Formats: sequence, C-alpha cells, structure tokens
Amino acid sequence: MRILYFAWLRTKTGTPSEQVSPPAEVTTVGELMQWLAGRRPGFAEALAAPGVVRAAVNQDYAELGDPVRPGDEVAFFPPVTGG
Amino acid sequence: MIRLQEAPFDVGAELAALTRGRSDIGAVASFQGLVREVAGDQTITAMTLEHYPGMTEKKLAEIEAEANARWPLQASLIVHRYGRMLPGEPIVLVATASPHRTAALEACAFLIDWLKTKAPFWKLEETAAESRWVEARSSDDLAAACWRERA
Repeated sequence: MRILYFAWLRTKTGTPSEQVSPPAEVTTVGELMQWLAGRRPGFAEALAAPGVVRAAVNQDYAELGDPVRPGDEVAFFPPVTGG
Repeated sequence: MIRLQEAPFDVGAELAALTRGRSDIGAVASFQGLVREVAGDQTITAMTLEHYPGMTEKKLAEIEAEANARWPLQASLIVHRYGRMLPGEPIVLVATASPHRTAALEACAFLIDWLKTKAPFWKLEETAAESRWVEARSSDDLAAACWRERA
C-alpha cells in the first residue's frame, strides 16, 4: 500500500510518501490512520486536531469507514485551498 | 479542457483560443484568480501551490464534466498553476462558452466554486518572517454547497 502526505501533513510526518504493509486487521481508512499514527509521531500529532485531516483512496475522497486494501494508494492532507 | 502548468498564462490568448474558428458561440464568461499581496495584516512575498498529481487532473475533469452536464456549454477551460508564484501573478483561469450569457456566467461561477473545495491544491504563503499553510475557509464550503442545493 502506498501512502502519500501533502501540505503540512507532509512536513509534520517528515515524508511525502511511504510504502507500507499494514496487518490484515487494518481494513478501513480510520484503522489505517491509527496504525500509521503508531509508527509516525508527527502523523499522530496531526491527527490530534479532530476533523482536520482528510483522506483519499485511489485518488477519490474517502471517509473514515471506507475500505482500504493492499495495493491501494491512500493520501492524507488538510482541507484543500486551491483556486 | 484542463491544463495544469507551472508557467504563467496569458488570459487574452487563452480566451482567444477558446473561440478561435467558431461562429456559434454567443457568450464567454471567465474568472481569473491572482496572488494577492495582502492576507489579513500580513504582506505576502510569494505563494507556493502544492497539488496531488493524478488526483488533481481527475477531480478537475469531474468538475468540468459536471458543469457540462448542468449547462449547455460549447466550450470550457480550466487552467491551474502549481509551484511558486509572486503577488499579481495569475493562479487559475476558468472560462465557459455558450450560445447565451446565463449558462456561461452560471457555469463559470460553479466551476470556480467547486474547484476551490474539491480540487486537491494547497497554498503555502511566504511573508518576510515565515512560511505558513493557508487554512480552508468555511465561506468556500458554503459557496460550493449552494450549487449542490440547486442541482
């Protein structure tokens, strides 16, 4: 599974992307966030601000309960500010 | 049509290209976003736009398709820049063409409102003292939601 971080989540976690193999019990976006937070203190810090971290699975916006599978591209970022 | 680029763009040339060789278009509406020098009480020296390559193109295409489904457009264009830019420089251009003005004007406003809340871009502002990520505005969510209700 490929994980991407953007904007201040990238600076906080200290990496733009990483390849991970979470255990089988990690099946949703929310569970993946908790699992990643255990590995990266910077990401755990970012999650402490509730409702601020958004996610996308395979380049579509995703909610906490949406499924993640091996091989997925999962991105985490703050609310978008383009235009 | 959708284009992502680092270089500045020329609005006149973009709009001319949109209608070149066409005599069926009666109305063109456009919106251009620029880097503003002032944010609150701070002076901005530069702005860097980060985006999510792949997802950005996908979301812009979805937004453009939605506009074309809702209004009878003859042409549409979204040009969005990424990378570092200076105050006064263009960031984004949205343009729509239709036989009559109402569809062009409404679709243009819709495109920029939805783009602002759905396309994965993030602004980093530089001042003389620091760099800071711009926070999302709830007024942008409201503007986008207003189009959802109308649908």
